[in-house]
Amino acid sequence: MNVMDTRATSAMLYLDGVHVSFDGFHAINNLSLTLEPGEMRAIIGPNGAGKTTMMDIITGKTKPDEGTVLFDGVTDLTRLDETRIAELGIGRKFQKPTVFESQTVQDNLLLALNVDHSVRGTLFWRGSRAESEQIDKVLETIRLTDARNRLAGSLSHGQKQWLEIGMLLAQDPKLLLVDEPVAGMTDVETHLTAELLKEINKTHTVMVVEHDMTFVRELGVKVTCLHEGTVLAEGTIDQVSSNERVIEVYLGR
Amino acid sequence: MTPHMLTRSLDRGATIFLAVVVACGILIPLSNLLLPAGSFLQVPTYLVALWGKYVCYAILALSIDLIWGYCGILSLGHGAFFALGGYAMGMYLMRQIGSRGVYGNPILPDFMVFLNYSKLPWYWYGFDMFWFAALMVLVVPGLLAFCFGWLAFRSRVTGVYLSIITQAMTYALLLAFFRNDFGFGGNNGMTDFKDILGFNVQAEGTRAALFALSCLALIAGFLICRAIVSSKLGKVLIAVRDAESRTRFLGYRVESYKLFVFTVSACMAGVAGALYVPQVGIINPSEFAPGNSIEAVIWVAVGGRGTLVGAALGAVVVNYAKTFFTSGMLAPYWLFMLGAMFILVTLLLPKGIVGTFNAWWDSSKERRLAEKTTSAAAEDGVTEPKMAEEAQ
Repeated sequence: MNVMDTRATSAMLYLDGVHVSFDGFHAINNLSLTLEPGEMRAIIGPNGAGKTTMMDIITGKTKPDEGTVLFDGVTDLTRLDETRIAELGIGRKFQKPTVFESQTVQDNLLLALNVDHSVRGTLFWRGSRAESEQIDKVLETIRLTDARNRLAGSLSHGQKQWLEIGMLLAQDPKLLLVDEPVAGMTDVETHLTAELLKEINKTHTVMVVEHDMTFVRELGVKVTCLHEGTVLAEGTIDQVSSNERVIEVYLGR
Repeated sequence: MTPHMLTRSLDRGATIFLAVVVACGILIPLSNLLLPAGSFLQVPTYLVALWGKYVCYAILALSIDLIWGYCGILSLGHGAFFALGGYAMGMYLMRQIGSRGVYGNPILPDFMVFLNYSKLPWYWYGFDMFWFAALMVLVVPGLLAFCFGWLAFRSRVTGVYLSIITQAMTYALLLAFFRNDFGFGGNNGMTDFKDILGFNVQAEGTRAALFALSCLALIAGFLICRAIVSSKLGKVLIAVRDAESRTRFLGYRVESYKLFVFTVSACMAGVAGALYVPQVGIINPSEFAPGNSIEAVIWVAVGGRGTLVGAALGAVVVNYAKTFFTSGMLAPYWLFMLGAMFILVTLLLPKGIVGTFNAWWDSSKERRLAEKTTSAAAEDGVTEPKMAEEAQ
């Protein structure tokens, strides 16, 4: 039904001519963007440029008024709901870290694992060695092995951000959408997060929204600048940050 | 339920709770039946019936805690499922009266003869058989909860909006059951029961047995709830409670989880109602009153939301207080006391009685463990580690 017969594009994510308006306000305006498999892309842009709305569209939280959103070249995401899109392999980290505060770090990762998500499956679930090994691996990657039995709510802000990235890893999606991963982090934590994302990018396609230009520079990937819901500039960080319009609306003179 | 799920689900509080319920379920009926009336240790029959009522309320409170405490669904209409279970049992008890009614009609209950019914309405068929009535006790509340939940959760009705429509649901049922032509006895409801499974409902032995059965149902309900909340499904429920949209983005179909737990909870409430009716001897539409459902939520809040044991304890404590205060000079002020209790608990003990106790216990356990590690070589090191071990 929503799977096309032939692959329309080689891109992992393909947005074309997408429009969304809320009560007459054009949040997304003729947005077109493609992400190749294995790519990491940084999205920058001023507040209200439509960065988060774009992620809402990709993950099914918001339905676009018009336009095409294709995942993996075949699946039309505009017709699916959040759960279905997550099952297809798109994971999302929110702007504000949202982990399950009243549960342990370990349980947060357990919940994120890409295993049977049905009611029956979870009711009669028994842990397996493969699952606990995967959790151990993720804990090590996000440097939270010692905190595995602590409640997620008691973690520091930076640790929560990492835990949420770890939950994405446990989910093992094809495409990761990461919204402002270094907001509120110290310089050291920011650096470690850049390292972490580069590590993740070796095996996953990643889209990162971030305001911190030092961080974006450190990632060293292709940058897209959004403004008023459309693409203003695209290219290397040097190309984008020397673009006249980008300087005018975002970076400042 | 596998043994594995049972053992995993039992912790210290749960074990104490089960021990107390088992002891009450055995000792109270035995003392009532075996000891001579009037002796100091004999529990009088009226108390057996009264405590039986509390146990039914405790089951209802458990069912509310399962959805509210663990999944964040605040149902202000759970009394409806309780009452429907009660009506299913009431219909069985009415059919058991047979020709011993005032009008002596072997098929039609008295109120139908009085209202000039010529034959039994089709929805009364089968209620002369206990197994059918027992099945309906589960099916009717379960089916209503399933349909209601399917519509509400799929449309993503949450929070206060869901609470309001659950109130509307129980109020609509209240109005429907008040009607004489609805076929359930109108505002008088059903009463004057004679037999249950061939035993006289008024007899001491039957009352004692019903009390023991209620305790058994409470234990079964508690074990089912524990098995659910300590499984991975329980973790998903808590995840839904704390961050619903996050859970959705992880690929969980949140509405299926809510629907499952809401339906299980409604069935439990139905069982509570079915055990309640033969012990109080009447069922009428006032059981659907929105106030009843709200009161049940207060029991859970007082005892401790999300603790299960607390819900059951809260139901017993608040209802004991209600019995105590409404039978004395303070009777006119009971509702003020109930309201004050709710406000005070919300302000001073937001975790309820059991929740607050657990928090205190955990922190004092940590303190003792810390003391143990610092004073490992101290003279009183003999008793300290022992206490810490017990706390485990």
